[in-house]
Amino acid sequence: MSDAAVTVQAKSLAKNFGRRTAIAGVDLTLSTGECLALFGPNGAGKTTLLRLIAGLLKPTAGTVRVQGVDVRRDTHARSLVGLISHHSMLYASLTALENVEFTARLYGLPEPRAAARRALESMQVSEGARAPVRTLSRGLQQRVSIARATVHEPSVVLLDEPYSGLDEAGAAALTSLLQSLRARGATLLVVTHNVVEGLALATHAAIMTEGRFARFEQRGGAFGAGFDAQRYAAEYRELVRHAG
Amino acid sequence: MQGRTPGFLAASWIVARKDLAIELRTRSAFLSVVMFALLGLVIFFFAWDPTAVSAIDLAPGVLWVTFTFAGLLGLHRSFGAELQDRAIDALLVAPVEREAIYAGKAIANAIFVSAVLLVAVPAVALFYNLPLVRAVSALGLVGVLAAIGLVAIGTLFSAMAVNTRMAELLLPMLSLPFFVPIVLASAQASTRMLANRPFVDEVLPWLKILIAFDIVFAVACTVAFPHTLEE
Amino acid sequence: MTSTRPRPVFDWLLAVAILAVVGAIVRIAFFTPVELLQGAAQKIYYIHVPAILSAYVALGIVAVMSIVYLWLHDERADRLAESAGEIALLFTTVTLSTGPIWAKPIWGAWWTWDARLTLTLFLWFVTAAYLVLRGAVDDPLMRGRYSAVLAVLAVLLIPFIHLSVYLFRTLHPMPIVLKPDRPSLPPEMLTTFLISLAAFLFFCIVLIRARYRLALLREEPVVP
Repeated sequence: MSDAAVTVQAKSLAKNFGRRTAIAGVDLTLSTGECLALFGPNGAGKTTLLRLIAGLLKPTAGTVRVQGVDVRRDTHARSLVGLISHHSMLYASLTALENVEFTARLYGLPEPRAAARRALESMQVSEGARAPVRTLSRGLQQRVSIARATVHEPSVVLLDEPYSGLDEAGAAALTSLLQSLRARGATLLVVTHNVVEGLALATHAAIMTEGRFARFEQRGGAFGAGFDAQRYAAEYRELVRHAG
Repeated sequence: MQGRTPGFLAASWIVARKDLAIELRTRSAFLSVVMFALLGLVIFFFAWDPTAVSAIDLAPGVLWVTFTFAGLLGLHRSFGAELQDRAIDALLVAPVEREAIYAGKAIANAIFVSAVLLVAVPAVALFYNLPLVRAVSALGLVGVLAAIGLVAIGTLFSAMAVNTRMAELLLPMLSLPFFVPIVLASAQASTRMLANRPFVDEVLPWLKILIAFDIVFAVACTVAFPHTLEE
Repeated sequence: MTSTRPRPVFDWLLAVAILAVVGAIVRIAFFTPVELLQGAAQKIYYIHVPAILSAYVALGIVAVMSIVYLWLHDERADRLAESAGEIALLFTTVTLSTGPIWAKPIWGAWWTWDARLTLTLFLWFVTAAYLVLRGAVDDPLMRGRYSAVLAVLAVLLIPFIHLSVYLFRTLHPMPIVLKPDRPSLPPEMLTTFLISLAAFLFFCIVLIRARYRLALLREEPVVP
């Protein structure tokens, strides 16, 4: 796989729910190892964009491809993608290990239990691994959820407000996990309200309002060495206030 | 570390195993459903005048009605766990066909419902003093066929009902019209088998209806399931 | 200040349809001969049969529009299915209410479980379930999907109900009910029947149209 392989590509992507327009026209190209931090007010379409890329929704117009494949049509190509949201997507009465092992089996991993253990260790979940998930703290649950979503080592990881509910230890574990994913060549798309944390990881930054990118910057462009994250955050808050 | 993603049957079985694991962990649903079924059999017994209707005529009907309502209670939980923390999203993002998700849940429900049958069939033979071996084999055979139809319909409708405001009421309201041919055919076939009626003339047509129903609705509900999902 | 909802306009077609039905009933009551064998109760037949035939038309619309919705996801198909469903329930209720009134003096029983009656009862239950399901779902897209799936499955159910009841009656001798053969209608009665049928069908279609317009009026305009 070449260094500059395009992993996520959206062209004129649009999505309507009945009469409501959620995505009004989005173009996006991301390559191996890149990370887009996506900001925006609630209802801007950020979650919808992630769900379109994950193959959960069908575009009303335009196309979205992951490594050149239409994930909605090609079932097996879905193993390229991992999805993390503020819902844990776990089964409350099963243990952390059982939850992640189940996911490993769904993705056809050759040694599901070993893979599940490794994934849980990388998120520093070991004590709680054998207790039903509902007995774990919210922060620990979120870490298990992240292990679940990355056990199959996806090339594209979509994160919808992953930092919400995480304590400091969890947030640090998440950031280091994301950095190691990027180092391994994964493409990340992070939706977050935490501007500073989002920008720390990102190679690209965008603000989404009313189904479009209102601002889009990338490192090497305006978003380079001299980039003022505080000013960006202030401008972002302004944009959100006007939109809301 | 990409393995080979599981095919339809393998994926269904993975989902079914997970559902059964959840069920075994809590166990309360199974016990409640079995208790309900047994209580139903007992209550009908006290409403029965043995001089008016013979046991062979009454008992199968009682069994199938009770079994149907007990099954409805059990089916209800099928999709609850998926909705709780949006676990369904993880299933939909995974490289498995949507139909396999439905099939897996239906298989788990079928196993659950068959386990209830394992208790209810001997119980009805006992309570109503039916000839044991004949009763268990006849009712067992019909029970398996009935269970397939019940589970096919019930799994699909519970997927829909769980997203509505009146889930517990809606599931029976949607399912019972569809269950009527199942209950009718099951009661007719099993009563006639117990009464040693001519098999080909009187029992087989009812079994054929059951089998046809099972095939038609197993296919139709599997195909319909993806259409209930957001897209 | 914008006015986005159209003001309801007087529905001329509905007024005409109501007059047509009233006219048909007048003809039935006063201008049609009383049948020799069955007496005055037979006249319910002129309402009972057109009602169920109209219900079939309405249910056909529900079925077709449900398939169209599943295919095209056009909200108009869903709206039409909903309207036709409500009207179908109305006409099926009329059928089931008038049936026993006719049956008791003529057959000697309020109800028999023959194939047609049983099927009509089922259609009533399934249509009611369809409307209850619609009422229980808030999201319009989910509502459209779920009710369309139910409608299509219900279509598959109908032959099984019919077959089960037919087999039940074939193998299960029912108590003998006095049931005269379907009357061959002399010309005067046939005319009345056809007039009534036309009036009911017209009324049914117009009601569906009125209900559809009501649905349009009710829908909140999309907040920009």
